Amino acid sequence: MTIMLKALPFLWQGLLVTLEVSGVVVVTALLLGLLMGTALTYAPRWLAWPVRAYSDIVRGLPLITLIFFVYYALPALHVNIPGWWAATGALAAFETAHVAEVARGALQSIHVGQTDAGRAIGLTFGQRMLYVIFPQALRRFLPPWINTVVDTVKGSALVSLVGIVDLMLSVQQVIGRTFEPLPLYVLGALMYFAINYTLSLLSRRLEARFAYVRE
Amino acid sequence: MNYHLNFAFVWRYFGRLGWGLALSLELAAVGIVAGIVIGLALALLAQGRGRVVRGLIAAYVEFIRNVPLLLLVYLVFYGIPSAGGFAYDATTSFVITLAVYAGAYLVEVFRAGLDAIPRGLIDAGRAIGLTPWQRTLYVVLPTMLRIVLPSLSNAFISLFKDTAIASVIAVPELTYGANWIYTNTFRIIEVYAVVTPMYLLTGWTLLLLLRQLERRFALRRS
Repeated sequence: MTIMLKALPFLWQGLLVTLEVSGVVVVTALLLGLLMGTALTYAPRWLAWPVRAYSDIVRGLPLITLIFFVYYALPALHVNIPGWWAATGALAAFETAHVAEVARGALQSIHVGQTDAGRAIGLTFGQRMLYVIFPQALRRFLPPWINTVVDTVKGSALVSLVGIVDLMLSVQQVIGRTFEPLPLYVLGALMYFAINYTLSLLSRRLEARFAYVRE
Repeated sequence: MNYHLNFAFVWRYFGRLGWGLALSLELAAVGIVAGIVIGLALALLAQGRGRVVRGLIAAYVEFIRNVPLLLLVYLVFYGIPSAGGFAYDATTSFVITLAVYAGAYLVEVFRAGLDAIPRGLIDAGRAIGLTPWQRTLYVVLPTMLRIVLPSLSNAFISLFKDTAIASVIAVPELTYGANWIYTNTFRIIEVYAVVTPMYLLTGWTLLLLLRQLERRFALRRS
């Protein structure tokens, strides 16, 4: 118990790194994922097809493999970027594909009549998206999107494997000094749980609130 | 870019990848079977039981779902034996972790499946005089399994990918094999050029086969 309390300030530093990595990934994956999801739903085949291939390949690989590959392979190809960016970039690439699928699902749930109506009153593609489709798709998008945020925080633990001192690696460093694995792993688990459970509750509340009887 | 491809080492040690892939599939298979047992048992137990039982099951599900799998793997492999004064080998440890992990996800799947069974079917079972046990065995379970089959196949493929995490405790599955070849030969590009298609093709093949199975057992609703 005292070990858990003594370790807290150090783990706090790690937690901040976890939040930092997750934050960068969540924002990047949201922006790119929305673009790709829109492309998957509305783009002509020559554009939708590469996006589909990207999504299927990235989602078909284990995240840990992706992180190892980007972290170790880029230097072999003489692309030298800081390790933090390699690991974070790999996680972002992974989550982008998942957000794209969530966005695609949300967009496809909007009845095609909405597009037709928008076109009939002379809205351009951008206007139709902005004023007609996106606002309606939002309620379908938000709850599963928050689940991808939870997955991001959980997945960010894997960046510890390439030496980034996030919450996971901080826990292991304390264990390396104290030889007390059980209390510290439990404490680390509770810290991850606190963040993710809050997000999960938010997702469930939004889902309940947005659920509506269809026509 | 002056990197010279040389696949000789990858082929020389290909056994590690081939057997690694086989072990990955085995781990996923044991994980899904054990997860189904845990998930099904808990989902049935949660039905209409007291608050305490349902609270405990919810705590299990929420805890596992909101903690990184990597941490759970470490917790089971390093944490628990350190307190109990016993040890198990890495593969056993990972299988236990994966089963507990899969169980937490599948409880929810089965719970949703039970909720989705048409009320009329159960009433019909009662009407022809089936006992509660018979109703569960002959009406509820077969129907529910057909409803949840797509979720089960998704869970299986997802577990197959999760087995890559076993590499961190040196379970010799596919990713461990890849890392072994890389650390011993430095042929990173070549190793991943082989391992990536192995994961993708296996995953896609599984998906294709399971979709066939789903179509075969899909419920026809009027």
